[in-house]
Amino acid sequence: MELYEAWKPLLREGTATFSQEFYVKFYQAFVEGDRWQQYLRGVGTTLLATAMALAIGIALGIIIAMIRTAHDQQRPGHHNPILALLNAVCKVYVTVIRGTPMMVQLLIMGFVIFSSSRNYTLVGALTLGINSGAYVSEIIRGGLMALDPGQAEAGRSLGLNYIDTMRFIVIPQAFKAILPSLGNEFIILLKDTSLITVIGGKELVYAAQAIYGRTYEQMFPLLGIALIYLVLVIIFSWLLGILERRLRQSDRR
Amino acid sequence: MIDVKHLSKSFGDHLVLNDISEHIYPGDKVVIIGPSGSGKSTFLRSLNMLEPPTAGTITFDGVEVTSPKTDIDEVRRKMGMVFQHFNLFPNMTILRNITLAPVRTGRMTQAQAEEQAMALLRRVGLEEKASAYPSQLSGGQKQRIAIVRALAMNPKVMLFDEPTSALDPEMVGEVLAVMKELAADGMTMVVVTHEMGFAREVGNRILFMDGGRILEQGSPEAVFGNPQNPRLKDFLSKVL
Ligand SMILES: Nc1ncnc2c1ncn2[C@@H]1O[C@H](COP(=O)(O)OP(=O)(O)OP(=O)(O)O)[C@@H](O)[C@H]1O
Ligand SMILES: [Mg+2]
Repeated sequence: MELYEAWKPLLREGTATFSQEFYVKFYQAFVEGDRWQQYLRGVGTTLLATAMALAIGIALGIIIAMIRTAHDQQRPGHHNPILALLNAVCKVYVTVIRGTPMMVQLLIMGFVIFSSSRNYTLVGALTLGINSGAYVSEIIRGGLMALDPGQAEAGRSLGLNYIDTMRFIVIPQAFKAILPSLGNEFIILLKDTSLITVIGGKELVYAAQAIYGRTYEQMFPLLGIALIYLVLVIIFSWLLGILERRLRQSDRR
Repeated sequence: MIDVKHLSKSFGDHLVLNDISEHIYPGDKVVIIGPSGSGKSTFLRSLNMLEPPTAGTITFDGVEVTSPKTDIDEVRRKMGMVFQHFNLFPNMTILRNITLAPVRTGRMTQAQAEEQAMALLRRVGLEEKASAYPSQLSGGQKQRIAIVRALAMNPKVMLFDEPTSALDPEMVGEVLAVMKELAADGMTMVVVTHEMGFAREVGNRILFMDGGRILEQGSPEAVFGNPQNPRLKDFLSKVL
């Protein structure tokens, strides 16, 4: 505090040493006015938006994957028109979402569809979730298709019904197979939440921008949030690794 | 016991089963032989509707299996099936592989199912594997477990689709031994196999399939000793 007050004028005079300059800028970026709390709130919002987006993404992904697999698994000749319609809707959704940039989707959601909403973070998380759903549905579909059909056949041949076969045999195995991809999706989402700044979401990037908007010093806030993202990603990758190892141990495949 | 009438099945415009009518009696040990692609698996799998037929009817114990109104799960509980590739559930212990169906279908409590599973495991000499996972077993052990798993539902008939074809030669014997024991106990069995020794020894009826039809059938003595159909003669000359 005293050092900051003492060295700050040196910077303006241009006589500060490198370490003095470093100290002052660091202080401005993180300490002055308790700015670290702004980053902390940013981290909170980032994590919240990621969690919401993931929840929406997985829920949507499961629904779409179920519709599309149910449609694909129909016996030839037995065509259910409702299922065909739902399947077509899902296909259009996946094509549109995967065929347009995330940033454009955010701008459309924030400034066109929900232009009157003030809850920017929520709109951002919703957009991310809708976006993620398209990818998650493909991950789930891949997991279901990769599973040996003999597994479900064995379940059904024992007289287990469709639900029990899915619940005890298909889903646990498919889940384990897709867990690494889901973890990857989570990490992509975590980083993509930074985009919701463009529609006013108050997450980490927003915090950095707010701070350098006042100090006119971009380097420390930006390097700071880069480091925060990196640490978050490393922590979550490590946790996912533990989860995967646990699951693998449970059946020593 | 199982009555098959005018059963046909096509995949697209490929006719795989061509108007098959056949009856399987209680206690029968029917062995189905024939060249690859002749429709043996498809026939066996249509008996429990894993392959729904395109035409014809199948009746099991007075219940029309092929009728859309039939609860197919209920039918399958009385028909055990053993697959070429075992299809054990890798995410469960051996004990749970065996007890899952009896418990989930409400046949038994967990305790009853476990007691029965251990008795069955003892019969095939694998009781010490109860808490192992399928990946820790050899092929022959897996197939014996798969047989036990099917038996745990107390089926009235057992369907086997090439149960020894995926096994190393030294493991074929242990699986056939279990099947022979089962046959000696009076189980009704329908077996698709290339094990001609087993067919001769255990089968009371041999069906020869080719091109989606049963071209010849009879006792092992008649089919192997005095084959009539030229396709059967040709087939036997290759496999014997
Ligand atoms: N799901 C399927 N879709 C399309 N064609 C199939 C399918 N299953 C089997 N077939 C075809 O039906 C024919 C009969 O197959 P099936 O498996 O019943 O023969 P198989 O007698 O059991 O032969 P193998 O001794 O090789 O097991 C084959 O030509 C096969 O290609
Ligand atoms: Mg076959």
